[in-house]
Amino acid sequence: MTNYIPIVIFTLVAVSFPIITLLIAKVIRAGSPDPVKAEPYECGVAAETTAFDTRFSIRYYLIAVLFVVFDVETIFLFPWAVMFDRLALFGFIEMMVFLAILLAGYVYAWRRGALEWA
Amino acid sequence: MDQPLIQFIVIPLVKIVVILAVLLLIVAYLTFAERKILAYMQVRLGPNRVGPKGWLQPIADAFKLLVKEDLVPAKAEKFVFMLAPGLIIIPALLVWSVIPFAPDTTLFGLLKQPIPPYLTDINIGLLFLLGVSGVGVYGVILGGWSSNNKFSLMGGLRSAAQMVSYEVPMGFAVVSVILMAGSLSLVRIVQAQQEAHLWFFVPGILALAIYFCCGVAETNRNPFDLPEAESELVAGFHTEYSGMKFALFFLAEYANMLVIGSVVALLFFGGWLRPFPSWGWLGFLDIIPPFFWFAGKVAVVIFIYMWFRGTFPRYRFDQLMHIGWKWLLPLSLANVVIVALGVLLLKG
Repeated sequence: MTNYIPIVIFTLVAVSFPIITLLIAKVIRAGSPDPVKAEPYECGVAAETTAFDTRFSIRYYLIAVLFVVFDVETIFLFPWAVMFDRLALFGFIEMMVFLAILLAGYVYAWRRGALEWA
Repeated sequence: MDQPLIQFIVIPLVKIVVILAVLLLIVAYLTFAERKILAYMQVRLGPNRVGPKGWLQPIADAFKLLVKEDLVPAKAEKFVFMLAPGLIIIPALLVWSVIPFAPDTTLFGLLKQPIPPYLTDINIGLLFLLGVSGVGVYGVILGGWSSNNKFSLMGGLRSAAQMVSYEVPMGFAVVSVILMAGSLSLVRIVQAQQEAHLWFFVPGILALAIYFCCGVAETNRNPFDLPEAESELVAGFHTEYSGMKFALFFLAEYANMLVIGSVVALLFFGGWLRPFPSWGWLGFLDIIPPFFWFAGKVAVVIFIYMWFRGTFPRYRFDQLMHIGWKWLLPLSLANVVIVALGVLLLKG
């Protein structure tokens, strides 16, 4: 576990990096606040609604769900790949069964139009 | 001072400071390199006013960003707005803790015992790298959402969808390298290429192509720079950011490009190894220290990034999703099966 000590230290340094740079910037930066500057950028026209009122496509949600399914599955592939030398043919066949099940889900998602973007 | 304190605190701290300083310097000059290279590709001169031939430009840019006024939209979600740049820069820096630049070295005989120049080598290095860089997507989507700007929201959503979509084939492409090396440790993967007398891009050419495509998409670069499509989304998720907060997004983007370049070099091009490590008559190439082989390989990948930006038009968003889900995903899955079959047949 001693290999992880430097990572813990690096995490602390990495977290302090944005804090320190933003603090330095806060001290030395220019500033002349103005309510017009604090308006959202929208091509110069006064905004009728804010972005929090706007709706967006449900597709983004669908992509996120598909991502969870497939990404969890890549995680299963990682230990399998590391131990592949020892698992040999048995491991190969077992993973093929697993991938076949996944492929069935993929084909289903494709046929149902989950991967279309329009 | 006692031994464990030096070993576990002082030496890592020194390494971290050196890594961060070099990284930030390289990132600063990467922006300069990009502007110059793009300029020459478009038959322009590029920045040439600040310092000799423009060489002080990055320093002027950094200073300018530091003193710029920091605008926060009145209707923004203030806390999240401040958090987002941190969420994107922290993982971009943190991944450098596991990237090995060179083998153990005595620094040209300065030290009695060889020490590893990289920070640490953990046996789940590659998993750590993928996991930590995956956190960056939170910074993008939270930054886009909290700005309360329609362009930012669109850019953030697009970017998040793009990053998660391309993370899947990226993971599969990496699996085929793990199959060949039998380890997740990045040092071990390079050593495996030395022992096999073969850089993994030869058996893993498809994995390399998929990985690099996904890498370009993950870093939101041309031709997949939809989140920052200037002509439609102004600046995407960081439209409302200015000053140092914008600089953090910028730093993270270039640091991530370097990460992708490093991983390509480590997984597919033998990391710090010279070409054909088993050919004795090429021994004269050893005169170049291993670190420079690594840096050279990364530089080539970065140049290809800039070349892409100079030549390719941008994809449409539906095309982008189409490529990710309908081409790269099945291809990378097939590649895993093919490589597994090959390893099974060759290693018995």
